[in-house]
Amino acid sequence: MAPLLDVRDLTIGFPSATPVRNLSFSLAPAETLAIVGESGSGKSLTALALMRLLPSTARIASGRVRLDDDDLLALPEVEMRRRRGRDIAMIFQEPMTSLNPVLTIGRQIAEVLQVHRGLSKAQARREAAELLDLVRIPNPERCLDDHPHRLSGGMRQRVMIAIAAACRPKILIADEPTTALDVTIQAQVLELLDRLRRELSLSLLLITHDLGLVGQWADRVVVTYAGRKVEEAPPDVLFEHPLHPYTQGLLAASPRLHENLHYRSARLSEIPGNIASAATQAGCPFAPRCPVRLTQCRTNVPYERDAAIGRRVACHVDISESSRGLHHDAAVSY
Amino acid sequence: MTDATLDSTRPTEHSADDRPRPVPDRPEWSNIHAPDTHVIAIDAGRQRSWLPDRLRRNPSFVAGTVLLLVIIAAAVFAPVLYPGDPLSMVARPLLWPGQDLAYPLGTDSLGRDVAAGLMHGARISLLIGFVATTIGVTVGTVVGAVAGYRGGRIDDFLVRVIELFQTIPSFILLVVLVAIAQPSIATVTWAIGLVTWPTIARLVRAEFRVLREKEFVMAARSLGFSDTRIVVREILPNALPAIIVTTSVMVATAILMEAALSFLGLGDPNVVSWGSMIGSGRELIRTAWYLTALPGLVIVLTVLSLNLIGDGLTDVLNPRLSRER
Amino acid sequence: MTLLSVTNLKTTYRVGTAPLYAVDGVSLDIAPGETVGLVGESGCGKSTLGKTILRLVEPSAGRIAFDGVDLTALPERRLRAYRRRLQMVFQDPFASLNPRHTIGDILLAPLDVHRVGSRADRRQRVSAILSQVGLPEDTVARYPHEFSGGQRQRIGIARALVLGPDLIICDEPVSALDLSVQAQILNLLANIKRDLKLSLLFISHDLSVVRYLSDRVLVMYLGRIVETGSHQQIWKNPLHPYTRALIDAIPDPARRRYAAPLPGDLPDPRNATKGCRFQPRCPLATELCTQQSPELRSARSGQRVACHHAEITAGPT
Repeated sequence: MAPLLDVRDLTIGFPSATPVRNLSFSLAPAETLAIVGESGSGKSLTALALMRLLPSTARIASGRVRLDDDDLLALPEVEMRRRRGRDIAMIFQEPMTSLNPVLTIGRQIAEVLQVHRGLSKAQARREAAELLDLVRIPNPERCLDDHPHRLSGGMRQRVMIAIAAACRPKILIADEPTTALDVTIQAQVLELLDRLRRELSLSLLLITHDLGLVGQWADRVVVTYAGRKVEEAPPDVLFEHPLHPYTQGLLAASPRLHENLHYRSARLSEIPGNIASAATQAGCPFAPRCPVRLTQCRTNVPYERDAAIGRRVACHVDISESSRGLHHDAAVSY
Repeated sequence: MTDATLDSTRPTEHSADDRPRPVPDRPEWSNIHAPDTHVIAIDAGRQRSWLPDRLRRNPSFVAGTVLLLVIIAAAVFAPVLYPGDPLSMVARPLLWPGQDLAYPLGTDSLGRDVAAGLMHGARISLLIGFVATTIGVTVGTVVGAVAGYRGGRIDDFLVRVIELFQTIPSFILLVVLVAIAQPSIATVTWAIGLVTWPTIARLVRAEFRVLREKEFVMAARSLGFSDTRIVVREILPNALPAIIVTTSVMVATAILMEAALSFLGLGDPNVVSWGSMIGSGRELIRTAWYLTALPGLVIVLTVLSLNLIGDGLTDVLNPRLSRER
Repeated sequence: MTLLSVTNLKTTYRVGTAPLYAVDGVSLDIAPGETVGLVGESGCGKSTLGKTILRLVEPSAGRIAFDGVDLTALPERRLRAYRRRLQMVFQDPFASLNPRHTIGDILLAPLDVHRVGSRADRRQRVSAILSQVGLPEDTVARYPHEFSGGQRQRIGIARALVLGPDLIICDEPVSALDLSVQAQILNLLANIKRDLKLSLLFISHDLSVVRYLSDRVLVMYLGRIVETGSHQQIWKNPLHPYTRALIDAIPDPARRRYAAPLPGDLPDPRNATKGCRFQPRCPLATELCTQQSPELRSARSGQRVACHHAEITAGPT
């Protein structure tokens, strides 16, 4: 199937840093693509760039974001404003601060409907109640007249999702949608997002740092490190046989995936150092922390290449060799 | 879900602290804004440049400091340039500025040299301004710190006291205090200090109430630090920027209060003051307007210099505050 | 033998006029050299419990016996001597270090306050601790903002260790850290515990982290302990329906698009209901649960569980 959204060579620069470099990915209709990375990986900036909501000091240095037949980055601001919400919508991490505390929930949803779909006040209110019902908020009619502070974090995130879904967008970007929520609420919110994806047949771009969540909900995963894509694969293959040393290190370091390890008998596998070392690195950003790096990793940036069907990796090290170097189950025995 | 957690997307203070937080263009659904402070936290560990350097690059601070230094220099050199008593008659009355080059700013109705009066007046204004502010800041900081750190009943009591002072218009209180105590430099200074401390006390109390709950204060308590040590070593240094900024503006207020008192004839009658110069020139405002305008201009410039310094300090010390304005 | 024995501890906050029972009758024991994990969602009172044990928050009832001495009965001045032996590592590595002090000041201050050794001894102690937590010698002259989150958490751990405590309470020490750094800190805590034979109370919302680093696990829901057991028992054979839901909620790649394990929201702790507090969300709830609050009782496996219906699943591990 032809991709719905196609991002090519996206590079985002600040005066002092380049947090996203040559990032390419695509999103098929009704697909869930996850972009995973730790803080400083540029994943949230990528999301904002797609919405053209970057902070004013940031600049898109290069790249193209094709949605249907248009390059979103080249559209005039007026046109882009119409696309936001209608073609592409976004929900944010903090449900506590994303809603205006002085307006009722109903007003905030109705506003979107009135602006974008030109509904009358009464129609908008009716539609708002339906939207709240769609995101499974109990008692939608009563909720309309509530102020945000009366709702729990999970409920607020549902309201945010209702607002994002109000104009039936083709693409929903969810930037860390569950990070601020409790474990049991997280599962509910993700289930909701997945149900919307199916029912409204929208494409979901899930931006997250949580590998477990990606494995459970994504169709395809893009792993980023310091603004570059290091690996792309379907989650089952990625977890079974990670190719990039960074992905291998992450999976090995996760206590969740090593439920037989206990501190009295073993240690978790570590990735030494931290992501700050990538800022001064000329070649591969992961080279300073990489256990299998070659001399060329310090000087040359590895380009993405196909590793198998549906898999891409950006690493100089020969794949078979790298998996010998650091097997993902290699928790240090103690 | 810490576990398969690649990053801490909790917006942490460091990102907002030392770099301007770019606000993305608002989406057209105006009720939503992107809480994306974390996206620019890339170089969080970046070192802040040295404080004096940042002050030197701040135009308001530099302009204010230069202006204030000129006024301080006038005060310092007054006894050298005009060794006599500025209240003694030296020349023909009501000489206009420039009329006699020996008296470049002219003379008043009693033949006193205006230039000498302004320079000696600077001594009084600055002295009272700085000493009264020191008194106010000291009392205010102690009261505010105790109230904010202790909380509970002590806080309730001190807040009542602060409110008591603030409900009475401070200038009326000042007039009453000075009238009771006989005007002299000392009483005027104490009286101004006494009416200005509640401002600082409120500020310090608010700062302490926030800082008291910070984890590093919790940590200090868990390490068995004494209350005095926690207040002086842990909390106060973090409240200092706000105190310093307010102090510079308080000096200006104190100078204005002193000028107003002297204008009303409630200042120390034995010294020359800008306020008393305006007061005595007031009756001749039609014929010799320079007698009120010159001291007035000097007061304006002094207050302006202190406010410029205050603005500069706000920009440098409290970057978040100035950005949200 | 127990090092810390908490009995029926209650902490009440006053929110407006209504009291909020953040910790509502919790009892727990920690043996020397043991790690006890405390797991629960935000607002369940686990952090407050940790702070109450250190008397950073005052308890409203109950007893905290540390090494045989009831800490709740001590005046602040005498409590200070015990503060040396009970320490805390905080969640937020950015807020827990005073931004205006160098790392050297931060680590020397506790030694100065407690007058430990000579000036030279203290310096030596600081550099020894720094190397123990894996930080370079030149750290002492630098300020907190020059360090990354993981490094700051190492400094926080160093500060907790500097007075040579017997028990450290770790309040979500890794939840603000990147995964790649989290493993470093967990390993560091494990090594320190082994080398210094410390006891730990490890507070976290993440059951898989708690399982790795704990000997015994306590599960907390709305101010109460609902289940206790060994790390294996809790992980492999949870008895309380809430514990099971917590495990099921952990995203697991093996469960593709699996339904959410638990409906509803964490209720407001102010609206304390009669009966079991978990009952409104519980799949096993019956009439009995709305009437009577279940007490912690022993199951056959040795676990303790506060549920009327835990027998349904109770069995030997």
